[in-house]
Amino acid sequence: MARSRLASPGQDMLRVSSLSKRYKGGEDALRGVTFDVPAGQVVALIGPSGSGKSTLIRCINRLVTPTKGRVELDDTDITRLGGRGLRRARRLMGMIFQEYALVERLTVMENVLSGRLGYVPFWRSFFRRFPQSDVDKAFALLERVGLSEHVGKRASDLSGGQRQRVGIARALEQDPALLLVDEPTASLDPKTARQIMRLVCEVCRERDLPAIISMHDVPLAKMFADRIIGLRAGEIVFDGPPAELDKAVLTEIYGEEDWTQIHPEHEVRPEESAEDRHAHEERMAGLR
Amino acid sequence: MPVTALDGRVVWRRRTPLAQWAIWCGWFALGVLFVLSWQVMNKNTIWLFVEDAPRQAADLLSRAWPPRWSYLDSLWVPLWDTLNIATLGTALGIVLATPIAFLAARNTTPSVAILRPVALLIIVATRSINSLIWALLLVAIIGPGLLAGIIAIALRSIGFIGKLLYEAIEEIDEAQVEAVRATGASRWQIMDYAVWPQIAPAFAGISVFRWDINIRESTILGLVGAGGIGLQLQSSLARLAWAEVTVIFIVILATVVISEWVSAKVRAAII
Repeated sequence: MARSRLASPGQDMLRVSSLSKRYKGGEDALRGVTFDVPAGQVVALIGPSGSGKSTLIRCINRLVTPTKGRVELDDTDITRLGGRGLRRARRLMGMIFQEYALVERLTVMENVLSGRLGYVPFWRSFFRRFPQSDVDKAFALLERVGLSEHVGKRASDLSGGQRQRVGIARALEQDPALLLVDEPTASLDPKTARQIMRLVCEVCRERDLPAIISMHDVPLAKMFADRIIGLRAGEIVFDGPPAELDKAVLTEIYGEEDWTQIHPEHEVRPEESAEDRHAHEERMAGLR
Repeated sequence: MPVTALDGRVVWRRRTPLAQWAIWCGWFALGVLFVLSWQVMNKNTIWLFVEDAPRQAADLLSRAWPPRWSYLDSLWVPLWDTLNIATLGTALGIVLATPIAFLAARNTTPSVAILRPVALLIIVATRSINSLIWALLLVAIIGPGLLAGIIAIALRSIGFIGKLLYEAIEEIDEAQVEAVRATGASRWQIMDYAVWPQIAPAFAGISVFRWDINIRESTILGLVGAGGIGLQLQSSLARLAWAEVTVIFIVILATVVISEWVSAKVRAAII
């Protein structure tokens, strides 16, 4: 929205204060997380699996409801919103997902236009009669991410990198004031991963858009982020510029390991933790 | 234990000796049960009639052949009625079953405690009653004719379509739903953009499959007065006009083959 663009640099867009989340099973996914993000800052969120990265990102746009604490976007407390107010807040936060989460059977254009669902009435979205300005924006964004040729294709016909570009276009179609990015490169090959990270960071610079990006790839995080937040067991154990992220800090976050060996291919996908399971149940419940 | 020590070596068997003996006893009990059942079943069989069966069958066939093709002319209208019963009944069934499926699916129902059990009960109840029995009841309630047949087919279809559709809804990829929800979409927009595209192929496949089944079911509804080609079948059987019955069987067979071909084509086109 326009007002987000007017926010002066350095002003805090997002304020997260003593945010806690306890799932039904009793596990504490987040314990009193506090941080601010100013306009235009790209924050990488790192930490081992189960440290609460995904929960933190989903608490910010309330796909998961936090147990305690506040999340303020442009001075609106999101934790107190419901119904229409929550939908208005969500449309200001573009989200990009690990497995792209495109609607596979819809076309690229429909996927991008679904970014406008928070703005248009039901009948317009149902008959696919989006305002021309939205369609113009979608064409411009598809050109920006390099997919002008694929407008009419089904999302399922695209490659992984192309799908993630559609995901980025969908998030930007929302005119977001904040980007929430959940492991954008975990399903991509190293080269595509870099291209996608570069694209996300470029669009953030172009629009002075703050972003919170959770990721597993520490070198990639150091390469692209302005600031790194390290989570361990639901608590912030590091918050600083990439240059300060040394061996001692990584050991603090991840535990003892030879850090010269970090490479995404060597990562083993861990088994589903209790946190994942309860988070899954809670997300499914939200459809009701 | 399947693993045992034998002569200093470790031996593995699929089952322990005890489990193996239990399985052999189970098979033996099954054999005994079969023999006993056979004796009870055939206590009232008159074997003289059974010995006579091949001759009786040959006699029936000789009277049923050749088919009386002239009878075909009076079959076109009942056949058209049968197709209409199946098609309109399926359409009505789809309209009634779709909302019930959404109420029954765990991830879309508005109330797990009340509406979901009610929807599941409707699905089970309509499935458990055969369409011939529905037709029998409806002929008694609204009188004989096509309408009773259409409603009978629709009621029987609710359970079938509802069950398969709600299972399809429960299997959708929830990440796509989450992504659409994150854009600020309303509940109905989420249904339209995230849920519906994922179940559309299943919906079309189930509907065509049920239509195909309903063509077969609607051919017999006439036996209880619910219209269609079954009415003709009943009258020919009553008059022992076997040559006419043959023509009816051939017509039904041709219709079913064509409907199966159509539904296979349609399903292949959608998926």
